[in-house]
Amino acid sequence: MKAFTQHRGLVGPMDRANVDTDMIIPKQFLKSIKRSGFGPNLFDELRYLDEGQPGADCSNRPLNPDFPLNFPRYTGASILLARKNFGCGSSREHAPWAIEDYGFNAIIAPSYADIFYNNCFKNGLLPVILSEEQVDILFDEMDAQEGYQLSIDLPAQTVTTDSGHVFAFELDEFRKDCLLQGLDEIGLTMQHADEIKAYEAAREAQHPWVFGAIK
Amino acid sequence: MAGKTLYDKLWDSHLVKHNSDGSSLIYIDRHVIHEVTSPQAFEGLRLANRAPWRLDTNIATPDHNISTDKAERDAGVAGMVDEVSRIQVQTLDDNCDLYGIKEFKINEMGQGIVHVMGPELGATMPGMTVVCGDSHTATHGALACLAHGIGTSEVEHVLATQCLVAKKMKNMRVTVNGTLGAGVTPKDVVLAIIGVIGTAGGNGHAIEFAGSVFRDMSIEGRMTVCNMAIEAGARVGMVAVDQKTIDYCEGRQFVPKGELWNQAVEYWHTLHSDADAQFDTEVALQAEDIAPQVTWGTSPEMVAPVTALVPTLEQQSSEEKRKGLARALEYMGLEGGQAIESIAIDRVFIGSCTNSRIEDMRAAAEVAKGRKVAASVKQVLIVPGSQMVKAQAEAEGLDKIFIEAGMDWREPGCSMCLAMNADKLGAGEHCASTSNRNFEGRQGTGGRTHLMSPAMAAAAAVAGHIVDVRSFVGGDQ
Repeated sequence: MKAFTQHRGLVGPMDRANVDTDMIIPKQFLKSIKRSGFGPNLFDELRYLDEGQPGADCSNRPLNPDFPLNFPRYTGASILLARKNFGCGSSREHAPWAIEDYGFNAIIAPSYADIFYNNCFKNGLLPVILSEEQVDILFDEMDAQEGYQLSIDLPAQTVTTDSGHVFAFELDEFRKDCLLQGLDEIGLTMQHADEIKAYEAAREAQHPWVFGAIK
Repeated sequence: MAGKTLYDKLWDSHLVKHNSDGSSLIYIDRHVIHEVTSPQAFEGLRLANRAPWRLDTNIATPDHNISTDKAERDAGVAGMVDEVSRIQVQTLDDNCDLYGIKEFKINEMGQGIVHVMGPELGATMPGMTVVCGDSHTATHGALACLAHGIGTSEVEHVLATQCLVAKKMKNMRVTVNGTLGAGVTPKDVVLAIIGVIGTAGGNGHAIEFAGSVFRDMSIEGRMTVCNMAIEAGARVGMVAVDQKTIDYCEGRQFVPKGELWNQAVEYWHTLHSDADAQFDTEVALQAEDIAPQVTWGTSPEMVAPVTALVPTLEQQSSEEKRKGLARALEYMGLEGGQAIESIAIDRVFIGSCTNSRIEDMRAAAEVAKGRKVAASVKQVLIVPGSQMVKAQAEAEGLDKIFIEAGMDWREPGCSMCLAMNADKLGAGEHCASTSNRNFEGRQGTGGRTHLMSPAMAAAAAVAGHIVDVRSFVGGDQ
């Protein structure tokens, strides 16, 4: 997994609450057996005027001119500014894959759905939580200024605006460590293989019916 | 010291290791696999030269992508018309064959929607941790399991290590006491709960559903309720073990027999919250206050009693809510203040991991019996949740009732709940649906979903519009 430490980049908006994972990446694209290539279909139903098909070339599809991320001023955005409960709905990891593949390195929102939030960290994508008031300030500044950029510092856990705001954010220590170092979580867990085996042996002795039934 | 909640007990009994950074390693007893969220996980295993930790924990089946049309299903995987879907289902078959993972293949008895299949085969048992790359995994919590959805990276993590890195959730208890009125079903109860908690109200929590309503409810009904915990933001929904749980499990394919059964039952009886357990959040509803529910908007929290009117902009307390409502009304093609019962229905979908079990089929058939689908309704899909549900329904003659009424009796799968296969809504079409999500585009681009119970959906099919099943069954429509 790629690491995340500091990032400075252009901010793009997704200005609505409860953005669900069907909106982030519609179901027809979930038929892919790959992990990459979802970026062109991020927010597909909002972003294009026609219906997207898996595997189809998106470069000549009609863009929705009213969808903010299609505005030229947001081209190349790498920080997604969003509203509360972002990523609600299904567990599809295709949602963070699509956001990351589009070119975003971080999301800033007041809250996220649990599964989506967890999935982001597996993909080097930092979901920053700020208060609703702070997110309002960022939306206002972004609206007022073309080319609006933010600086995110993961070790310091801050989002800094050019206007001088420094907003601190919280996240779990283990998630932070994995992201900072780009760690392979499976490899980390495998270091505890002996403890897993010991737990498993004790569990099998106590609740043997949980083992061996399915074959 | 306060007693433990059911969630505390399940967490504690699966804790492998607590780390100094606040995370924990949790052991997973049962891993359920389907075609959509697993191919990249198997690929990841191969790229890292890893093998599954344990084989007898995994159980797989294709459900999301497969056709519900009999002719296409009879042609098997090779006959799948959509080539992209065919490759995905074939990839699941190949991965399961390669590693020796038990799979119920496309037309095999046992196949079904993952969350219907697991419990009915006894692959899900009380006290287990159950995960699946699907957010509706909370369904299995109806059997007092700690069950939740995971992403594909975690599917790979569980395959490789039999564990997940997790952080303990908060405890929420939703209590519903009293007696449900006639025509009010588990689906109405959970929709009413979501209406109270909101779609993010359960974020960070494991919900235990408690109170006389859930004690009186069948296990299938409890599954319907736990299934939609995620629609209130909670990854986990649970109901404590009682005699109904034990009776449900007994005799199922993967459930122990003889002395092991006795041991298991003795343990399962401990799976309830202690009387003095403390919950971080408590919510209570009264059964008598719950009417049949219908969603009118684009989020499960946009729900109201069938007798209500669609909300108006003037009723909203903030600009943000007005904006949200205006957007939902525009998408749904509705006017604030219009009666929910005035909404005309184009298609009906009875199925999904929420409502495709045998009692759902029976409830829909009871309404459909001797009636005909309204001429204005283009299609009524009845999709049983599994091969076993299908066989049982056919043994009871329910398929004939549906066909007689002008409805389509289909093959088991996820179908129009998420419209990954050919079963989908056209733009602008209104659907009476027993599924779990009414998001924009969920059932087809531009489609308009109204979530409701199987009986309500069957009544809407006959009436041609949303209708209160309580007066409908009385025969005055």
